[in-house]
Amino acid sequence: MAAKSIISRPVYGTLSPQPGKHHLFIADAEGALAISDMAGRAPAGFFDGAEIDFIPGPGGKHIAALEALKPAQFHQAPSFASLLPRLKQTLANAHMGLRLYLAGTEGLIGQAMQVALEAGIDHTSIQTEHRGSLARRMQCVHCKGITENVTTQPATCAHCGLLLLVRDHYSRRVAAFQGVCINAEDRSEIPPMEEIFR
Amino acid sequence: MSTGTTKLDVVVSDVVPVNELVTRFHFRRRDGQLLPTFSGGAHVVVEMRDGGRTRLNPYSLMGSPLDTREYTISVRRDDVGRGGSLFMHRSVRPGLEMVISYPVNLFSLDLRARKHLMLAGGIGITPFMAQTAQLAAEGGNFELHYTCRTASLGTYADVLRERYDRRIRLYHDDLDERIELDRLLSTQPLGTHLYVCGPAGMINWVRDRAAALGWPAETVHFEHFAAPQPGLPFDVTLAVSGKTTRVDEQQSLLEAIEAAGVDPPYLCRGGVCGQCETNVISYDGKFIHNDHWLSEEDHRSGCKIMPCVSRFEGRSLVLER
Repeated sequence: MAAKSIISRPVYGTLSPQPGKHHLFIADAEGALAISDMAGRAPAGFFDGAEIDFIPGPGGKHIAALEALKPAQFHQAPSFASLLPRLKQTLANAHMGLRLYLAGTEGLIGQAMQVALEAGIDHTSIQTEHRGSLARRMQCVHCKGITENVTTQPATCAHCGLLLLVRDHYSRRVAAFQGVCINAEDRSEIPPMEEIFR
Repeated sequence: MSTGTTKLDVVVSDVVPVNELVTRFHFRRRDGQLLPTFSGGAHVVVEMRDGGRTRLNPYSLMGSPLDTREYTISVRRDDVGRGGSLFMHRSVRPGLEMVISYPVNLFSLDLRARKHLMLAGGIGITPFMAQTAQLAAEGGNFELHYTCRTASLGTYADVLRERYDRRIRLYHDDLDERIELDRLLSTQPLGTHLYVCGPAGMINWVRDRAAALGWPAETVHFEHFAAPQPGLPFDVTLAVSGKTTRVDEQQSLLEAIEAAGVDPPYLCRGGVCGQCETNVISYDGKFIHNDHWLSEEDHRSGCKIMPCVSRFEGRSLVLER
């Protein structure tokens, strides 16, 4: 569970079944468990109008558990990038009343939310639950490059190579935490690198 | 002085009967200057000095926010109300000097919306007159569904149809035309915001169906000014100012407090904004809560009251004012 720090740092809740007939779930890895847990609190027939888009990840687990919920549609994807065209298409054709549920890693929640915002859904209308890795998607504020799966503090920008302090300052628009050069005054000063976003 | 209620000295520049129940009033500044800017959905509180009594009623501004040379309101005559609308209809004539509040908007458009879906019932059309003008000027995407009793009571229906053509859908009760609400709410693109203004029953119906059909609460906007209801007279003690006063049958508790020389904050005078929320110190009797601000728990607790619309029946009431 992510701790609250500054106001832009996203906080996540616990998925809860919303009213309506159309429900879209996007989850990766252990996010599947958040959906299974929520299913226990959902009214009968809830998944008759649900689509689950699942990125199992390297472990390849939890697929059977999600299929057992018998959603109207179940779709697996190897990565978020490969899911993106389908997600965009689904949202483009959707109507008000579609509820969105995002569960899993911060990177997955953030990127799916970014697509949802572009489709006109307000971030406060989206159900989220964080499960699994705390690895961060980071934007280098200097070169604007995005580095995925950052687990260390500080972290090296995969694009320009600067050593960056990974801030809690988060951008919903780019779905990334902001990374700021940690040794701009004296580049020979190299603080120890610790793995803290596991 | 109440929050956000700086006063404007105005003169009535025109009075235009619209139909058998509704009359439109135009106000200009007495000093000839432009009026303050407002956004669609804003209201002003009009002070009505009727002999020894002062009533303060909120009315939505219905002119275009692009034109601040004058403000316009439309008042529906209510023959069984407390008399504010009757005063407007009978006593207000062009040239009369009046005092109104600065505009306050408790029903504003969410301009992040991809589309604005508006539902009006009866005189609830007035805030949408300003909102549609604002959106049309910006090329905004809107659609207005307007229910009225009969064509002749469809206030401004003709004006709206002429201005916006097929973006306006009309439903007449006497022809048994009804909004197919579930179908309408189920076919809106993502990013639509819903706005409803009309009778309480209509607002509740629309809010309930929208919630049931999965519309997030933050996309559903409504304006529900509860007019203060008349009731049995009662006495109130204002503990902070050390005054006791009587609330007449036709007077609201807030008006009685003001008449006693105490000036609590207010904005809407319709039970929605929360500004005049007042703590109850002690009471012996029962509350008649008419607001949409306090929670049910607050209502049951007997610790709070909204004096703009709520009343009391009983032996004694002491407020922290």
